[in-house]
Amino acid sequence: MADTVLNSPNIKKLSAKDFRSDQENRWCPGCGDHGILNSVQKAMADMDFKKEDYAVISGIGCSSRFPYYMDTYGFHTIHGRAAAIASGAKCANPDLEVIQVSGDGDALAIGGNHFIHAVRRNIDMTILLFNNEIYGLTKGQYSPTSNHGMVTKTSPFGTIEEPFKPSQLAMGAGSKFYARSLDTNIKLTTEIVKAASDHKGTSIVEVLQNCVIYNDGAHSIITDKATKEDYTVIIEHGKPMIFGKEKNKGLIMGGNGKLVVVTIGEHGITEEDVLVHDAHTEDPHMHWLLSSMMAPEYPVALGVIRDVDSTSYDEKMVQQIEDIKAISSIKSMDDLLNSGDTWVVD
Amino acid sequence: MSQKTKIIEREEVVIRFSGDSGDGMQLTGTQFSDTSALFGNDVATFPDYPAEIRAPQGTVGGVSGFQLHFGHQEIYTPGDYADVLVAMNPAALKANLKWVKASGTIIVNEDSFTDKNLEKAGYESDPLLDDKLADYNLIKAKVTSLTRECLKDSGLDQKSILRCKNMFTLGMVYWMFDRPLDHSEDFIEKKFKKYPLVVDANKKVLKAGYNFAKTIEALPYNYSVAPAKIRKGTYRNITGNKATAWGLMAAAERANLELFCGSYPITPATEILQELAARKDLGVKTFQAEDEIAGICTAIGASFAGDFAVTTTSGPGLALKTEAAGLAVMTELPLVIVNVQRGGPSTGLPTKTEQSDLLQAIHGRSGECPMPVIAASTPSDCFHYAFEASRIALEHMTPVILLTDGFIANGAEPWRIPTMSELPEIVAPIAKEGDDFLPYAREEKRLSRRWAIPGTKGLEHRIGGLEKIDGVGTVSYVPENHQVMSDIRKKRVELVADNIPELKVKGKDDADVLVVGWGGTYGHLTTAVRELQKEEKSISLAHFNYIFPLPKNTAEVLGRYKKIIVCELNDGQFAEYLRSTFQDIKFEQHNKLMGLPFTVVELKERFNQLLEEK
Repeated sequence: MADTVLNSPNIKKLSAKDFRSDQENRWCPGCGDHGILNSVQKAMADMDFKKEDYAVISGIGCSSRFPYYMDTYGFHTIHGRAAAIASGAKCANPDLEVIQVSGDGDALAIGGNHFIHAVRRNIDMTILLFNNEIYGLTKGQYSPTSNHGMVTKTSPFGTIEEPFKPSQLAMGAGSKFYARSLDTNIKLTTEIVKAASDHKGTSIVEVLQNCVIYNDGAHSIITDKATKEDYTVIIEHGKPMIFGKEKNKGLIMGGNGKLVVVTIGEHGITEEDVLVHDAHTEDPHMHWLLSSMMAPEYPVALGVIRDVDSTSYDEKMVQQIEDIKAISSIKSMDDLLNSGDTWVVD
Repeated sequence: MSQKTKIIEREEVVIRFSGDSGDGMQLTGTQFSDTSALFGNDVATFPDYPAEIRAPQGTVGGVSGFQLHFGHQEIYTPGDYADVLVAMNPAALKANLKWVKASGTIIVNEDSFTDKNLEKAGYESDPLLDDKLADYNLIKAKVTSLTRECLKDSGLDQKSILRCKNMFTLGMVYWMFDRPLDHSEDFIEKKFKKYPLVVDANKKVLKAGYNFAKTIEALPYNYSVAPAKIRKGTYRNITGNKATAWGLMAAAERANLELFCGSYPITPATEILQELAARKDLGVKTFQAEDEIAGICTAIGASFAGDFAVTTTSGPGLALKTEAAGLAVMTELPLVIVNVQRGGPSTGLPTKTEQSDLLQAIHGRSGECPMPVIAASTPSDCFHYAFEASRIALEHMTPVILLTDGFIANGAEPWRIPTMSELPEIVAPIAKEGDDFLPYAREEKRLSRRWAIPGTKGLEHRIGGLEKIDGVGTVSYVPENHQVMSDIRKKRVELVADNIPELKVKGKDDADVLVVGWGGTYGHLTTAVRELQKEEKSISLAHFNYIFPLPKNTAEVLGRYKKIIVCELNDGQFAEYLRSTFQDIKFEQHNKLMGLPFTVVELKERFNQLLEEK
C-alpha cells in the first residue's frame, strides 16, 4: 500500500482539504467534533493511503455524522452496529483502511457487544471513540460513561450506575492498541490517529470530547489552561512519564502496586526514578493502571498507552484461505458438485 | 446374495429408524438412503430429532428418528407412515408406533425392554408381552447382546462395542430389502480410517445383523424395490441446507464475486454456515459473528465493500436482523438473507418445521421497507432458489429473503448435479473508475443504483440509513423527496416480477379445485394432488416459489378457478397475503401447526371433502 501517494512522482500529495466533503456541517458551533474532524483529515493527508482506500464507517449519534463530512467512501449505519459493519467491510476487502467512528453510547451501550468482539478478533481497523459522557443527539440523557450521580434528563435525581472506562473494557477484551486524546489537542490527535492506523489490528482511540450543549466542561480539569498541565500526562513510548506546569512531576510504582505521583527534587526523587513508558509490552498491567488514572488524584494519561504487535483477524483469514486453497483438490464449483458419493444414471 | 424364499416387488417403501439420540439412528438412516440411491431408487429422507443433544436417555423426549422413503417411482416426500419401524428402545416404540402402517413390520431391540426402560418410556406393561402389537409383524432381536457377543474378542471396550449396535439393525434391514453392504463398508472404512479396530468391529456387526435376519428369516418374504426411471445424469444425495450453501457459492462464482457469509449458529440453519466455513478452498469467507445482528451487519459491511454477502438464520434470528435489513433496503445493497423456518413464536420448536415466518419476511420491518421474498420447495431445489435469490439480489441491488424450512433443510433427496455452465451469468451493476457516478442515480430497467465499490478511484461517496435525495444521495428530509424515494423502493421490488418465471399449474386449467401452496410443502401437495388426479378427480396445483413479488400471471391463474384452497404450515399467512392482493378471489384454507409436515392422507381427505362440496 505504501507504493502509492508519496512514492508516485506524478501524484500530488493530498492535503487535509482533499478530505473535506461538500456537505454542510450540522454539528453545534463549539462542538468538540469539529476539532476531531480536522485532526483526522490532517492525519489522512499525512498517511500513505490512496484516498479511495479509506472507508469511514459510523453508527448513530452526533459523532456518527462524521462520514458525511469526509470526502472518502463512507457509511453512516445504524445505532451500535458500526463495529460489525466495519468488520465485514474489512474482511471483504482487507486493502481498505477502515476507520470506524462511534460515540460512548453507540460503542459502549447499544453497540457494546460488537465493540468488545471487534477488539477480541483484532480486525485491522481504527475505532475512534468520541467520549463526551452524555447522549447528545437525543438531547441529554446519561451514557454508559457518565459519572455516578450525574444529573441528566433520564437521571433527574442522579445516576445510580457506575460508568465504564473504555480503556478497561478494551483491555478486558484483549486490546492490542489503546490511545487517548483530547478533542482540543489537534496535534496529539493527529499523531495518535496515524499511530493507530499504522498498528495492525483493532486500534482503539478514545477521544475525550466536549458536548457544549448537554455536558459542557465534562473534561474541563484537563482542558482548562490553569489546570490542564498538572492533570494530564502525555506519554510516549521509551520516555519517562513526567508532567506538570513545572515539568517536575512524575509517576513511580508504589509498594502496594499502585502508581504514585511524585515531585522530582523532593524526598530525594530524581528523573531516573520516574517510570519510563513501555507501550509495546504484551503484559497489560501497567497499561491498565495508566489508562485508569483519574484527576484529581492522578493526571489523566493521554497518548498511545498500549501498542503491542499482533496479527490481525483479516490477515489470518486471508492466510487460511490461501493455505487451504493450496492443499485442496477442489478448485471450482464443478469440482465440489462432483465430489464425494455420486452415481450416474444412463 | 439372495437365498430368500419369496421376493415381493414393491413400488415404494418407508422405513423409520428410531432410538435414543445417542443411538446413531441418523447415521443408520443416512447409510440406508445412500445405499438405496446408489442402487437407483428415488429417495426422500427426513430426520426428526430432539432439540436436546443428549436428552434424558430412554425417555420419549429423547427419541431421535430418521425416516426414509424410497421407490421405483418419483418420490416427493419422506412418506406419511412407515412400512418398517426400527425401535432401539421402548421410548422409540412408544413415540413412533402411531407412524407405522397397519400390519407393518417393527424391529425392536429386545434387550432394551427392561423394567427401568419401560418405566422411563411410560409403559405400564411390556408391549412385547401383551397383545398390543399383535397386528404388526414384530421382530424381536437381542441387538445389544448379539453385538456384544459378536465383538467379545474385538479388543474394544464395552462402550465402544455398544456404539456398534446400530450397524446390527442396519444389517438386518439391508437383508430385508435385498441391499448390498459394500457402500456402508466403504463408508465405515473411510470414517474410522484411523481406528482399524473400530472399522473391523462395525463391519463385523453389520454383517452379523445381515446374517441374523437371514437366519431367522425376519420376513417370510423379501421386499425388492426396483430402480426408478430417472432423468439421465450424474446424481448425488443432498440436504436442503447443503444445497442452499452450494447455491449461494454457485451464484458467487457466476457473478465473479467473492462470497462472504456473516452468521450466528441457530437451529435448523447452522449447517449452511458450517458448509460454507468448510469451503475455504473456494475462497468463501465465513464470519461467525457475536450475534444475529452482527451476522447481518458484517454481511452488509462486506456488501458495501464489494463482496457478494449473505447471512443465514431461522425465525428468531430474522427478528433480530430486522433493523439491519432495513438498512440494506435503504442503502440498496445486494444481500441474501436465508431464513430456515422452524416452529415459533419465540424459541418455539427449534428442530421442527413450520412456515410461520412468511409475513415476517414480507412485512416485518420498520417503515415501508419492501424486499423480495422467495421460497425453496424441496431439499435439492434449495440450490436453485438460493441461486435465484442471489441473482435477484445482485441484479437488482437489493436484499432478498430466501425462505426454506426445517423439513427441507434437513431432508435429503437425490439430485441431478448441474454443470456450472448451465447456470446463467450474474451481472451486478458495478460502477467503474471514470464513470459518471452519483450514489442514487438509477438505470431505467430495474431502477437500481450502481455499486461503487470502495477502492475504486474517484467514486468516493457516502451512504447510510438516513433518507437520501434521489440521484445525488445527500441526506434529505424534504417531504416530497421521501415520497419519491418510497415510491421508487416499492417500484424496484415490483420490477423484480419482470425477471422471474411465470406461475405454472400442474393439472387442468378448468379443474374444480385449485390447490395453492408455497415453499416446503411442495412434496406432500404434489403427491396428494397427483394421486387424486390418478383417481380422475378434477384438481390442480399451483405451487409458489416467488412470493414477493408474485409471478405476473398470478391473478390470471387464480382467476380461472372456482374453488381455491391454500395449504400451509401456519395459520393462513399466505392466504391472508393473497386475499389482500386479490380481493375478489375467495380462498379456502388448510393449515397445520404441529411442527410436522402435512401427511398426504390428511391432504387427500381435505381435498376430497372440498371436491364433494357443492
